[in-house]
Amino acid sequence: MMDFWIILTGTLVAATCGILGCFLVLRKMAMVGDAISHSVLPGIAIAFLLGGSRDSVLMLFGAAVLGLITVVLIQLLQRSGLQSDASIGIVFTALFAIGVILISRNAQHIDLDLDCVLFGEIAYVPWDSLIWNGYNLGPVAIWMLGGTFLIVLITIALFYKQFKICAFDPALAAALGIPVALFHYLLMGLVSLSTVASFESVGAILVVGMLIVPAATAYLLTDRLGLMLLYSVIIGAISSTGGYYMAKLFDASIAGSMITVCGILFVLTFLFSPSHGLISRWTKRQQMRGGNLNQVI
Amino acid sequence: MMSSLLGWFADPNMQWILMGSLLLGIGSGVIGSFTYLRKQSLMGDALAHAALPGICIAFMLMGVKSIGLFMLGSIISGMIATFGIHAITRYSRIKQDAALGIILSVFFGIGVVLMTKIQHSGNGNQSGLDKYMFGQAASMMKSDVYMMGVVSLLLIIVCFILFKEFKLVSFDPGFARGMGMKVGLLEQLLLFMTVVAVVVGIQAVGVVLVAALLITPAVSARYWTDSLGVMVVLAGFIGAFSGVTGTLISGTLSNLPTGPVTVLAATSLFLVSAIFAPNRGLVAKVWRRARTRQQIQQSQSLEMAQQRSRTVEGGLD
Repeated sequence: MMDFWIILTGTLVAATCGILGCFLVLRKMAMVGDAISHSVLPGIAIAFLLGGSRDSVLMLFGAAVLGLITVVLIQLLQRSGLQSDASIGIVFTALFAIGVILISRNAQHIDLDLDCVLFGEIAYVPWDSLIWNGYNLGPVAIWMLGGTFLIVLITIALFYKQFKICAFDPALAAALGIPVALFHYLLMGLVSLSTVASFESVGAILVVGMLIVPAATAYLLTDRLGLMLLYSVIIGAISSTGGYYMAKLFDASIAGSMITVCGILFVLTFLFSPSHGLISRWTKRQQMRGGNLNQVI
Repeated sequence: MMSSLLGWFADPNMQWILMGSLLLGIGSGVIGSFTYLRKQSLMGDALAHAALPGICIAFMLMGVKSIGLFMLGSIISGMIATFGIHAITRYSRIKQDAALGIILSVFFGIGVVLMTKIQHSGNGNQSGLDKYMFGQAASMMKSDVYMMGVVSLLLIIVCFILFKEFKLVSFDPGFARGMGMKVGLLEQLLLFMTVVAVVVGIQAVGVVLVAALLITPAVSARYWTDSLGVMVVLAGFIGAFSGVTGTLISGTLSNLPTGPVTVLAATSLFLVSAIFAPNRGLVAKVWRRARTRQQIQQSQSLEMAQQRSRTVEGGLD
């Protein structure tokens, strides 16, 4: 049962992040995901200080607010003429620094380990069960992640066409009368929501991995958005299952192993993908060269 | 607090640490200016995370905690990371941002796996590894500080000697190639120096925040000038100020880690620059806009008055 809960947690994180990651990768905003996953820290710390406990709903709210603030600040700096890279870097480091200071200044009030923020402790997930009317309903994290996954799934399904056009051609979307900015912020809000929901189990930095790596791998496998979303989720699920058993085998961090497996899958795809892999590109080029030669002869 | 601050300055060990963070600040500010111009600001972030497996492997192989070894390990894995990023963007349709994210998280994931492996192996010597996350400049050993200072000094000297070459490569690589410069080699050297700056910076401010050491001083300096020479010097100053402030504050207020304080010092200088810098600052922009609006209104009312007088004249005819 323990195995099952941990793998389910990992899969839910991977599925939620995998769906959102596709849109981030397509819009060339992968590093914004990185920024958000770091800069939600002060939101979590403030929620802790206000609520005085690990109240998940308050934490989710605080982090979502900070996520949106991050996006707004990045956009503000970008519009003032700063490179997007630099504005992302300035905003997330500053916010993360504030978060670390808040936590270390109030260490006696905040029962939050900084290591846990960075690396997460997915192994503890099964211990923290949700008890309702005396019934054990399974781990709290599963409920939180499941809820987030549903929210993400429903939102994306409802506005699939809008998100798709915004991802590929924001100018066309604007011309069609789609509120591009609204969908941008909606996407960012979802990203910060899922970051927070998953950071307790996999940690801030590995959320980034789950956001970007499966989506980028899927991007190398297909040209259709629908399939890309599906592949991304499947790759995430394989990584979390494989990662769990790898961690068991090597007696190492579970979240770290999940990303490592994901990285291995990416490298394999990068080399062997039938459509966009290194080897197929190379053979295609060879064939073309051979064909040209034959024509000449 | 004041007396403890004075006591701090008097302590020779602390003087060394301050000197070290000063040099580190200058070095990373200078390198950061070039990475900013080459639009590679977030490279620092990715390289910092990618250093972790190098540190862990160095520790696993040698079994001792030595800063020289750690630096060697992290420089090697940092260089591998830069090649990885280059390969992904060059040989697939994945763009730079996603490539950075992939390398960052996968290397870090491998690093975390190795780190837990070390921790579980029960080696009592590993306690210093987690210092790498947030940095502890204030509690560094004298030899570490020497290392940090010397390497930063080397970075500054190389930048000084090759300033003209780096300038050309950053602004116009095509022209530099036309001039017969070895652009590829210079770019590699700049990347290598970025890796070194990041690796040294990790010791002081930690993995997550070292990116700020490269980005924030350079961007703040950019607000004040259009000349690269001035920008590099200014970025060095801002970096040095942040480094010293961070070390001082975290040393005197015991439970504050060095990294975040340093970063916030740099960020506040950035805010000052973004708001008050002449020409590019917010205040200057708002003032200029208001003045332009006023001028337009004036010229409009003048025109209207002229038109009116013309029509009046026309009526007289």
